[in-house]
Amino acid sequence: MSEQEHSEHIVPPSTYLAIILTLLVLTGTTVGAAFVNLGRFNIVVALAIATVKATLVVLFFMHAKYSPKRTKLIILAGIFWLALLLGMTLSDYITRVDYRGVRFPISQVTQQLPAQRG
Amino acid sequence: MHRTGELYGQFKTLEQQKETATLGMWIFLITEVMFFGGIMLAYALNRHFYYPAFAAGSNTLSLKLGGFNTVVLLASSFTMALAVWSSQVGKKTLISIFLLLTILLGFVFFGVKYVEYSQKFHHHLVPGKKFDIFYCVNNPASCPDVAADELMEESNLLDEAKAADPDLNAHAQLYYSAYFGMTGLHALHMVIGAGLLFWLLKGSLAGRFTPQWNTPVDIVGLYWHFVDIVWIYLFPLLYLIDRHK
Repeated sequence: MSEQEHSEHIVPPSTYLAIILTLLVLTGTTVGAAFVNLGRFNIVVALAIATVKATLVVLFFMHAKYSPKRTKLIILAGIFWLALLLGMTLSDYITRVDYRGVRFPISQVTQQLPAQRG
Repeated sequence: MHRTGELYGQFKTLEQQKETATLGMWIFLITEVMFFGGIMLAYALNRHFYYPAFAAGSNTLSLKLGGFNTVVLLASSFTMALAVWSSQVGKKTLISIFLLLTILLGFVFFGVKYVEYSQKFHHHLVPGKKFDIFYCVNNPASCPDVAADELMEESNLLDEAKAADPDLNAHAQLYYSAYFGMTGLHALHMVIGAGLLFWLLKGSLAGRFTPQWNTPVDIVGLYWHFVDIVWIYLFPLLYLIDRHK
């Protein structure tokens, strides 16, 4: 029995059931939210809901909540590097202006070009 | 191969041995996060630059099929979690049942994906020479699976997008490249996952997994849940752009 004392935390099926139901409700919420015009916040809401869902999967389905600190550290380090990759690159691109000081998106720029040439 | 769960020389306890395996899997999954992260970054930039084309492309996807597949994949994660639980409490028959259910749900996902992909081929929505985002609007007879009112809506939507972006057809191909690239790589991960699940099923039918040793079930479970998380992000990113019009 000494092995049993050291063995991992066993998550009961009732917890898994609660998590899957929450995930399904959140899926419905994200579809519903997509049909409401929130302007530029549509993507923020969609990603926020997706992140809540992913967090639930990581914590409970993947047992991160009951994992040793060292596993948690690895996970947080991964999220940190992903944040660097996305954050640093996007903060450059989405604040760029072209040589005339016109902000991207490019699709607007291509529209303006012919008029300026004429 | 390590089959019975004996303690290897470099470990003090079975618990330490298992924690090491789990940690190794997490490190692998982090490299997978970076892999998909790079693709999502490319997606984010193209979406930022060519937003009207991305919104138009997203609206040509079937929300019903995508939503259904999201539910199927979440359910498969649930059955996978229950397979891990069964192995932890030593319910040997249940392990096989839940593994089989997970595999079945995985194949339902593949089936729906096949329907979606073949629709895109018929609708000329695969990047390349024949790509034409106006194909269904201009040739309604060739797209019998799209209802008339849906086509009307699509027509209005595409005209609006065309007004915002004169190069709509070129930029919509960027959206569809992202769609096929991201969902294709996700599906490839699922194919690998399904293969691993069959391998687990073979082991569980042989009665190999016990409360003392179930490391493979746990590790493959982590992989399967990770693939689920990728889809949790792909679904809103690909299917839900500008749906409110």
